[in-house]
This record gives sequence, structure tokens and C-alpha cells, in this order.
Amino acid sequence: MKLIKAIIRPEKLSDVLRALYQAEVRGLTVTRVHGHGGETEAVETYRGMSVKMELVEKVVLDIGVSEPFVDVTVKAVMNAARTGEVGDGKIFVLPVEAVHRIRTAERDTAAVTPVAS
Amino acid sequence: MAHTIRPSRAGGGRWPLLSGAIRLALPGLLLLAAPGLASAQEAAAINGADTAWMLISTALVLFMTAGLAFFYGGLVPSKNVLNTMMMSFIAFGFGGLLWAVVGYSIAFGGSSPYIGDVSMAFLSGVGLEASGTIPHILFMAYQGTFAIITAALISGAIIGRMKFGAYVAFISIWGLVVYAPVAHWVWNANGWAFQMAALDFAGGAVVHVNAGAAALAAAIVLGPRADYHRRAMLPHNVPFVLLGAGILWFGWMGFNGGSALSSGTLSALGVVNTLVAPAATLVVWSLLDVIFAKHMTAVGAATGIVVGLVAVTPAAGFVSPMSAMAIGAIAAFPSFFVLRWRAKSRLDDSLDVFAAHGIGGITGALLTGVFATTALNAAGQDGLLYGNPGQVVKQLIVVAVVFVYSAVLTVVILKIVQAVAGLRPAGDLERKGMDVLAHSEEAYASGEGAILIQDEELNGSAVK
Repeated sequence: MKLIKAIIRPEKLSDVLRALYQAEVRGLTVTRVHGHGGETEAVETYRGMSVKMELVEKVVLDIGVSEPFVDVTVKAVMNAARTGEVGDGKIFVLPVEAVHRIRTAERDTAAVTPVAS
Repeated sequence: MAHTIRPSRAGGGRWPLLSGAIRLALPGLLLLAAPGLASAQEAAAINGADTAWMLISTALVLFMTAGLAFFYGGLVPSKNVLNTMMMSFIAFGFGGLLWAVVGYSIAFGGSSPYIGDVSMAFLSGVGLEASGTIPHILFMAYQGTFAIITAALISGAIIGRMKFGAYVAFISIWGLVVYAPVAHWVWNANGWAFQMAALDFAGGAVVHVNAGAAALAAAIVLGPRADYHRRAMLPHNVPFVLLGAGILWFGWMGFNGGSALSSGTLSALGVVNTLVAPAATLVVWSLLDVIFAKHMTAVGAATGIVVGLVAVTPAAGFVSPMSAMAIGAIAAFPSFFVLRWRAKSRLDDSLDVFAAHGIGGITGALLTGVFATTALNAAGQDGLLYGNPGQVVKQLIVVAVVFVYSAVLTVVILKIVQAVAGLRPAGDLERKGMDVLAHSEEAYASGEGAILIQDEELNGSAVK
């Protein structure tokens, strides 16, 4: 199992969610965050005071997947979130020691396999 | 006239003696101008239309202070929004109460050119009788709404760093020691500024120069906030700022239109000028914004509207709509550039009360002396453009005296409050935000992790 942590542009979230759905990746957590990815800082002006916005809004997706889904997920996020400009984000793939599904107490791969419905 | 206490914010101020242009529009009342024809009692009859408009105007001006709370509240960080809005709302209480108890008498009582008296304290003798053509108590209430917002305006200079109790003490004393005497000078028929025929239709000097000077003095006495120029203070809710500016504009119709103290041609002139002058300021301000900030900003638009409203306030009943547009357009420049200078200076007039109200008020008061014409208001004066250059000098004298008086007294009052109670929270406490510090509340609390404390725990008996 792996935990895939993808940091993307907020305006790309819908595209990424659609791509993940088409890749049949289910189960994810979305968090709105602030970060900096080396992009040019936007300047805002309030009453003659100019402010450089060092942090920009980003969205983090946390997706726990079984091994066969790792590459599929990474590829789906990568293609959907890319604009080609600085600031598109990062994808981290982290090892996972254990996964428990709270409802059924299933473990590991079973816990990250979508429920057949 | 029978009612010697009839508070005439007339000739120089609001509402020119009964023979003003508005009266001419009401032929039935013409008779009253001739002494001896009609009884003085009838001359002081209450007029239903005038009363209706003044009732509405009183409510409109009252609403402005709520608008100001949103205007100021939106401009501050979320940690200070309640404190900032409360600084306006608390003026409803302390300012309104003190006005009725004694402030009104200090402003509109007596026959001294410098200050009123306490003859109408506790509303003694302020009843249902006519004052002009409206009930005397209504005149008192209408004036009270001005006293409330003038005190609240000052708060923009010191937000985020003043003890709330000290603030309440300050505006309470200021309303009686500064606002009421200045209103007496300009709007009481015996006041020195009134006597020299200086023009201030709805309070360019009394409200805006007065509050702007006090704001400048208060910002200097308190000093800048703890992290001034180290952390940018961003507006936490720009929609609030726009909402506030909209409410202020709406209420200002009663501020300037109601200052006719009657319903008819003069109030119509006031309302129309209150529509067109800020429109012109908004246009000019937006273009300046495009040149200097590269965009038409929303905060800029809201600020431009307020500056236009301030500038047309002293002129509203004395100038033509075309002149009002000129006043509005011209007034954008000094305020815009003072505001830009202020943002880079050491002066932490946090919400630019001085730039918007002080500078805007001075510009408007001086331009009133340029554009005023007796063709529209016979009880006013002609200005520079109508062959009376001396009017500008009169305007300048009143503005200068009000500015100095307000600034000096503000420093004195604040020093006294400082000696008794202190002005600022100890150490760096203000960094946490004044909402929690001064009011023990949060504006946008999520409630997550909030556990109810039972009464017994509070009382300490649960320990056993």
C-alpha cells in the first residue's frame, strides 16, 4: 500500500477528481492549504499599500491505494493537474505501514479496495 | 420668533432663516415673514411634510453608524472585527444617551458665541413644541444621530490597539467637550462661525474636519500598532467594506437632505447633490486607481464614495448639482494622494480617517466657499465664483479653528484617560487580536473543541 499525497492548484481540483474517477480510484481526502512552489508572487493593492502574496492557495489530495493503483493514480493526477507553468504542484508517494477500515475492521489491501456495490 | 431656542442651524448652516428659498416655495407661509401679520405661534406651526421627512432622515442618519461599522469592520483583520464594529455600535449607547442628557443643550442652548449651556439638560423644555416647522424633540434626535456618528468616525484611527474602556471614556468626553461646542459655533444662531456667515450645510467642519483632526491626534498619541510596517494589515472582508459604503451613501441622503430641516426644494437639492458628487468622486478615484494601482480596486471604490460624500456635505444645500460634481471630482485628488502618502509614513491612522474625512472635509468646506450661490439658496452666501472671494477666507477660518480645537482637545482628553486608566493593552497582548482580549468573543468561531463549562465549575464548587 502507498499513500499518495498530491499538492495541486485549486482551479485544477475538478479536473483531477474527474480523472481519478475515470481511473476508478475511489476514496480520498481533500484539504485546502497555503504553500509556495517557486512561482512568481502575486501583488495585491489595498489603498496605496502593495502586498506581495508569498503564499498561494493549494489543495492537497490524500489517497491511500493498493500497489496496482499507484501508477494509475499518479498518472491521472499528473495529467489532469498540469498547466506547464511554475506552481503546478508535487506528488509524493509514501509507504504505509498499515491501513484499517473502521467500519469492518478490514486491514491493509482489503481496507483500500473499494466496496463492490 | 416666539421660540428663541429654535435651534437655527440656519443661515450659515443648515437651514437658513425662515425666508430661505424653501419657504418661498410655500406661498402659504410667505405671510409669516411679515412681522405682525400672523401670530408668532402660527409662525412656529409644525408642518406635516417637514416632520415626515425629518423622521425618515433621523432614521437614515442613525443607520449610517451601522454602515460605518461594516465599512471599518471589513477593513480590519478578522481578529479585530468585533472590536472595530463595537467601537461604532457603543457610540449609539454612550453618545446617544449623553447627547440627550446634556450634549444637546451644550450645542444648541444659550446665547454665548462659544458654548451652549445646561438650560436644556435632561431635555428640560425640549418637548413637542415646534422648532422651526418640526417638533423640538425630533430636532434634538436628528442632531443626536450626528453626534453619534462623529464620535464613531474617530475610531478608525486607533483600531486594534486601544483598551475598550478607555475608548468609551474618550468618545463620551469628546462628544461633550469637542463635538457639542463645535456644533454650537457653526449651527447655533448665536455661534461665532454662524454669525460670520461661514457655510456648513450638513457638517463638513462640525462632523468631518472635527473627526478627522481628532483621528490624526489620536493616532499620534496612541502610536502605531505593535507590528506596524512589519506585517501587512489586509482587509478581512472586502464585501463588508462595499456594504458599509453603500449603507453610508444611503444614509447620507438623510444627512444632507435632512439638513434642510424641511421637505421641499432645499432637501431635494441636498439629496441630488449627494447623488452626483460621490458619483464624480468615484469616477475620478477609479481612474487614479487604474493609473497608480493598475486596477479599479473595490476598497478604492468604497473609499472614493465616502470621500465624495464627505466633500459635498458642507456644500449640499448651497451649490448647484453641476458644482457638486466639480466638488466631488476635485476632492478625489487630495484625499487619494494623502492616503497613498499615509500608507508609507509612520502615521498609523489605520483606516485613514484623516485622509478621507479630514482632508475630504477641508476640501469640501473650502470649495463650498467657491461654488456657493444664493440663486439656489437665498439664505446662503455667494462664493468665489459668484463674486464673493471673502467667503473662502471665512470657510478657511472655521476649518482651521475647528481643526486646531479638535486636535488639541483630543490630545488633552487622551492624556487624561491615559493617566487614569491607560490607553493600550499591556505588552504585546494586542497581537492576539482585540476581539478576544477586549470582548472575550470571536467573530468567526467554529465552535469545534468548545466544551460547555457547567455552572458549578464556574463557581468552583465542582472541585469537591
